[in-house]
Amino acid sequence: MIINKETIAELAKDNKRLDNRSLTDFRQPIKIETDLSWTAEGSARVQIGSTVVMAGVKLSLEKPYNDTPDEGGIMVNAELTPLSSPEYEVGAPGIKAIEVSRVTDRGIREAKALDMKKLCIEPGEKAWFVTVDIVTINDDGNLFDASGLAVLAALKSARFPVVDPETGSIDYKHKTDVALPLTKEPLPVTVYKINGRLLIDPTQEEEKAYDARLTVASDTKGTISALQKGGDAPLTIAEISSMVELALEKARFLRSELNKFLAD
Amino acid sequence: MSQLLVEERNIVVPGEALAEGMDYLPGENTYRTDQKIYSKVLGLLSTSARVIKITPLAGPYLPKPGDKIIGRVTDILLSGWRMDTATAYSAVLNVRDATTRFIRKEEDLRKTLDIGDYVTVIITNVTSQNLIDVTMKEPGLQKITGGRIIRINAHKVPRVIGKKASMITLIKEKTGCSITVGQNGLVWIKGTPDGEFRAVEAIKVIESKSHEEGLTEKIEQFLQ
Repeated sequence: MIINKETIAELAKDNKRLDNRSLTDFRQPIKIETDLSWTAEGSARVQIGSTVVMAGVKLSLEKPYNDTPDEGGIMVNAELTPLSSPEYEVGAPGIKAIEVSRVTDRGIREAKALDMKKLCIEPGEKAWFVTVDIVTINDDGNLFDASGLAVLAALKSARFPVVDPETGSIDYKHKTDVALPLTKEPLPVTVYKINGRLLIDPTQEEEKAYDARLTVASDTKGTISALQKGGDAPLTIAEISSMVELALEKARFLRSELNKFLAD
Repeated sequence: MSQLLVEERNIVVPGEALAEGMDYLPGENTYRTDQKIYSKVLGLLSTSARVIKITPLAGPYLPKPGDKIIGRVTDILLSGWRMDTATAYSAVLNVRDATTRFIRKEEDLRKTLDIGDYVTVIITNVTSQNLIDVTMKEPGLQKITGGRIIRINAHKVPRVIGKKASMITLIKEKTGCSITVGQNGLVWIKGTPDGEFRAVEAIKVIESKSHEEGLTEKIEQFLQ
């Protein structure tokens, strides 16, 4: 709605938002559930405000790629379902779906979060490949952060299936206790710039009003693994520094939320 | 013998038999087949004398003449604008219904209303094919500037307005906002940021508790 877009920009100037949140607050409730699907090796459902995203992890044995014969692999796919927003259609993924999946993928891949060598069983012959699927249930903005959180939660909850030592076939109905070789835990946080102000966790309306955004994926130590800039407006160096700082701070917050839910 | 099969103010579903016998008459959202009267919609049953009618609880808004609605300009036509009415059908606003100002023959209509603009309009005519004609030539109808627009269930609009506009007057007084409620469920709220937020919260409460008794008092407390 164009009217709301103008109002959002005006309000941002006074550090205010349509829903009376502060610019740097996540929506409540934040809910994380894991192990929802018994057909997937790992799964999670994340809710931030009224945005709901599910992620699933499937493991399969494949032949490694020729250039990395001693490594497994990871693939991230996102599907923005028509049930989650009137803007999405069925069919081949659009630009937004591709961006969500690739930004999430890059955060994990470039952090070297999964020890790919440990996924290899027989160099050049057999290695575990991790397929992550992101499915949106409801899109009320901030799919990047919700997807990143859901994928990390799903990866953490994933357990290898039982493999028959003789035939080498996978018994997906039974799981072992072995978790994925997750060495780092990257989490993306997206900072939006609206009318010169920086804010996080936008609603769908706010997502229509932004000038620029920067997604920062960082691990437990605060090491940045991936960046993605979007939007038409340029960013100054000073702005990028404060965006990164804000993103790192909020990643710590999301991480504590995640640990809280996983501990329960 | 005629008899009512469902009690007054009960919730009924489409296809549910409401009454038996020819002494009752089918009213709004009901129909008669053979000896029985059935419901067309999900809603609350009410009777007045022999007429049975259903007040719908959910479903789309159906445009009817005389309703004030909020529309969004989606296209510019040769002599007017096409509008999205938040219904299944679009409306046409003719130039002569939009402004009293003289518009020259080849003037750019975007100067008056551009695509994406919201306007408050009144429905003048709905044809059998559901083509809607709207006008802005009534007092208070205008292009919307500033504030925010929210969308609510169109069937809750009467509760948001209240008896003799009591509810909406209450919200306006307590929050200091100007509020325009379109019958199609779009609500325009303009005031201070804090006032706007409280008005939105109040309207959401009304929407979720519309069936409860003493709603006006509850909202008064809520807005204290």
